[in-house]
Amino acid sequence: MSERTRRNGFAWGARWLSPIAFLLVWEAGSRTGIIPARTLAAPSTVLSTGLEMLWSGELPSNLLVSFWRIALGLGFGVTVGILLALAAGLSRKGEIALDPLMQIKRTIPTLALTPLFIVWFGIGETPKVALIAFACTFPVYLNLYSGIRSVDVRLLDAARSFGLSRAEQVWHVILPAALPSLLVGLRYALTISILVLVVAEQINASAGLGYLVNNARDFMRTDVIVVCLLVYAALGLAADWLVRAIEDRALAWRPNLVEQAA
Amino acid sequence: MSIAEIARDIVVPAEPAVEDVAEPVVRLRGFVRRFGQTEVLRGLDLDIAPGEFVALLGRSGSGKTTLLRTLAGLDDARAQDVKVPTSRAVVFQDARLLPWKRVWRNVALGLKGPQVRERAQAALVEVGLGHRLEAWPLTLSGGEAQRAALARALVREPSLLLLDEPFAALDALTRHRMHDLVLALWRSHKPAVMMVTHDVDEAIALADRIVVLDSGRILAEERIAAPRGERAGLSAALRERLLSLLGGESAADVVPFTKAARP
Repeated sequence: MSERTRRNGFAWGARWLSPIAFLLVWEAGSRTGIIPARTLAAPSTVLSTGLEMLWSGELPSNLLVSFWRIALGLGFGVTVGILLALAAGLSRKGEIALDPLMQIKRTIPTLALTPLFIVWFGIGETPKVALIAFACTFPVYLNLYSGIRSVDVRLLDAARSFGLSRAEQVWHVILPAALPSLLVGLRYALTISILVLVVAEQINASAGLGYLVNNARDFMRTDVIVVCLLVYAALGLAADWLVRAIEDRALAWRPNLVEQAA
Repeated sequence: MSIAEIARDIVVPAEPAVEDVAEPVVRLRGFVRRFGQTEVLRGLDLDIAPGEFVALLGRSGSGKTTLLRTLAGLDDARAQDVKVPTSRAVVFQDARLLPWKRVWRNVALGLKGPQVRERAQAALVEVGLGHRLEAWPLTLSGGEAQRAALARALVREPSLLLLDEPFAALDALTRHRMHDLVLALWRSHKPAVMMVTHDVDEAIALADRIVVLDSGRILAEERIAAPRGERAGLSAALRERLLSLLGGESAADVVPFTKAARP
């Protein structure tokens, strides 16, 4: 092991020190009563509550409900975003018709639409899924649209010089060139979907992570609240990992990835 | 009108495509191309015979790239007396391989019919890239990328091969090897070639005929009868003349078109 890697290894280990110290101080504070349980539960309590909720099936069943809302919302939102971006990116008429509307939509914070969505869709599953879908549409649209519009004209020229039809140009040149932008949009969409989920689940939910949090608030169960926060964090990490996995597969041709493989 | 619609309209079959040896593959008469107020090409007449190797010399801004784009069908040539074969292929200065397709798929791009992979593979073997079939284009060296671009052009068996300063970005040694490769491929496939270049020596080494373009007009044409490889002697005088033409002090001193026999 070289000097440099040893130092890096030490630095990497050292990075864990402050979070662990933080947990220890928190635990000590809870044990000595400086931090009352109704303000914030001790880390050890959070852990045992989390495991309990896991074994009892309370956490998995509610997580599944939330997960399903995200999946549906993302599915609709991303699909609509892709279709709109294709229409606006590939044709002038589409751009003139769609882009101004999308830019107007961008100025409205999605969460501000919550009351309107409740009026329209009631308080069931629909407004929750619709809010997530609505919020996810824009990052996908914006990134894919700009990706399509910034395709290297020289590559398109080359494709045209070989007699590729417009459809073949779109399939072989424009879409692959815009794929990295689409994946950036997808990453934003995933992050936003979790954010919107948190708020959407405050709407009279009878299941899901938000329901667990609301219930816990009513009974001042700070341990349950912290467990749910951790689950939200895990969801975010999982989303990031998912996009990275897709990128590694779909963008295998990119120079940095190519170099790593070599 | 979309780009694709324009591209479709460019190939104007001015005359029926009869397979006649005397019939030129490329024929321009009084060709004009304007960008706004600027006339980039002004009343250009150009014939290229089947199997002829033409080098187009010119300074930057002489209109040579515009002419090449016209012949490639990338530029608007409607309502003009232009005859260009439908079977044509371009090799650009930057290889313009699609980075997301493996090398053989780049060569096979847009190919129709059976055994696409076999044809692409054969073309790559011919340019000496048989071992890089599955490579990603971004891992190729400059010379390899340009050879892949040559394979992509030749696999279409074009009757007109357009080369747009294809070796300008390569080092001297690689460029020399590419010259030999291009000549070998030209001899075995017999396409008409129009190579745009600003390198006088390259033009002399490769071409049957050198066309000097200046300010959108043909300033001079030189036919070189000496076989390739025996051109060192004649180059000195010819080189001087071409370089002075490219210097372009006066558009009046036009060198008459010498009608020499083709090798």
